[in-house]
Amino acid sequence: MNSKTSNNIATGVIYVLVAAVIGILVFLLGYILWTGIPHISGHFLTSAAQSFRAGGGVRDQLFNSLYLLVLTLIISFPIALGSGIYLSEYAPNNWFTSLIRTAVEVLSSLPSVVVGLFGYLLFVIQFNMGFSILAGAIALTFFNLPLLTRSIEESLQDVSQLQREAGLSLGLSRWKTITGIVLPAAVPGILTGIILSAGRVFGEAAALIYTAGQSAPTVNYGDWNPADPASFLNPLRPAETLAVHIWKLNTEGVTPDAAAISSGASAVLIVVILLFNLLARMLGNWMYKKMTATR
Amino acid sequence: MDEIKKDLQNPSKATHQDYFGRTITYICIAFVGLLVISILYFITTRGIATFTANHVSLWKFLSGTNWNPGLLDKHGNPQIGALPMIVTSFSVTILAAVVATPFALGVALFMTEIAPEKGTKILQPVIELLVGIPSVVYGFIGLSVIVPLIRHTFGGTGFGILAGTLVLFVMVLPTITSLSVDSIKAVPMFYRSASLALGATRWQTIYKVVLRAATPGILTAVIFGMSRAFGEALAVQMVIGNAVLMPHGLLTPSSTLTSQLTTGIGNTTMGTLPNNALWSLALILLLMSLVFNILVRFIGKKGSLKK
Repeated sequence: MNSKTSNNIATGVIYVLVAAVIGILVFLLGYILWTGIPHISGHFLTSAAQSFRAGGGVRDQLFNSLYLLVLTLIISFPIALGSGIYLSEYAPNNWFTSLIRTAVEVLSSLPSVVVGLFGYLLFVIQFNMGFSILAGAIALTFFNLPLLTRSIEESLQDVSQLQREAGLSLGLSRWKTITGIVLPAAVPGILTGIILSAGRVFGEAAALIYTAGQSAPTVNYGDWNPADPASFLNPLRPAETLAVHIWKLNTEGVTPDAAAISSGASAVLIVVILLFNLLARMLGNWMYKKMTATR
Repeated sequence: MDEIKKDLQNPSKATHQDYFGRTITYICIAFVGLLVISILYFITTRGIATFTANHVSLWKFLSGTNWNPGLLDKHGNPQIGALPMIVTSFSVTILAAVVATPFALGVALFMTEIAPEKGTKILQPVIELLVGIPSVVYGFIGLSVIVPLIRHTFGGTGFGILAGTLVLFVMVLPTITSLSVDSIKAVPMFYRSASLALGATRWQTIYKVVLRAATPGILTAVIFGMSRAFGEALAVQMVIGNAVLMPHGLLTPSSTLTSQLTTGIGNTTMGTLPNNALWSLALILLLMSLVFNILVRFIGKKGSLKK
């Protein structure tokens, strides 16, 4: 076989592999949306789940997912921002920094089930919180922190060194330079990172099974007092999310229309995550255009 | 006079601000460090309780094939042999990586060598979407498409290592692909120019130069993919069958470390032997994740020395 033929064959094989991967994605999305969209209706999104009868909805699970997402971001963003600033701006080049970097790497590569079990051990059992949204949000924070920290650090690193020098040469303190110059310039990157991590948090289930729990008690959506056990805002109630709901229906559920509900719920999950991705992309592009001279 | 002296000798307002800001970031990073240490500490102390409090021998735990933590065998020893789960976990991980690597390399080469602009434009979103699909959705599709498909083609229940491999392969594909792209992109352009100038075809250049130079990076990518596959819980748990048996082939139901953990923790009481045994499984997961990390580091060092 001469080299031209093998070149053509190899190129052909690569094209086939690429086509296969695209085909897999098209199949996955097509399957979820094709089987799931017909089940999504106003009723499906606004009624409570049923354990033993068909026709249940995902109202509480959907709300729990969103609530958990908001809580997680509220907890994890400040910590990730601080750590990101430290790693990008303050960290000296020594053994301590490399130790910290290793720790962040280890945290990001830990299986999410291990992180969930740690949350279970510490919060649900040790601190006696029980299965609660708060425990779930903290576990998700652990899961989210390294990824968010790294994306914030990268966005800060992308800001030109000249901007920092300009700030410092004007006599500003390091901190003032960071908060006044570097941080605003990094906002588009940071926002994109947050939205992408939100997508991941929204679909995560393994870390939640033993922290936020697997039950969705009926809550009163008119009760705005977070301290009231029946309130939908109460962070100490157990809360099954959409992703956990899908898992539970397919493993130990006895609901007769489990397949229909899971495809509907999967479609909702995918649509929300697609929206997050689209939003991140559009926001990133828009901010980039707005803050630079690109047209 | 004193005022000026004071101004000059004491830190200015800006310095105080900087101290303040610096302290905040130190606290944040210390929190992250503390978190990692406490995860390691808590899981380890729980995980070794099987061996220290319940006096099970480590070797029996790692090599035994009977997993029935509530019961004793005829010698009066608890039946906690984790070998079936360890074997299954490694099989699905390695098989998934073996299946995924050619696809990942194909996509990566397409994006870097064959059609850099068009390829990146089309394939970058494809990879991002594959990452974005939650693991329960992968599990659900595995359960409703792959498992019945295997059942019809090969018989049996359809649950097992093959189903787990097929689901995991798609899940690790984006990880391996995007890291491989990075490492192939890092190969200097003049390597390619030199090879092409010698009359090599594009494939010869790719195979003999680019891939060789990018090998450490690609290995790192594969290991990252394996580490994701090893730790993946729910998607695997939904298609593997969850029977703690030594796997006899790709088609018999079995159980991975993660799937046993997710099903078991809720059904056992804290502090009892069955529960401790599960924490030992979690410890194995943790240690393996550290091993993958060390491997990546090791390869990174070796790879950079060669340049």
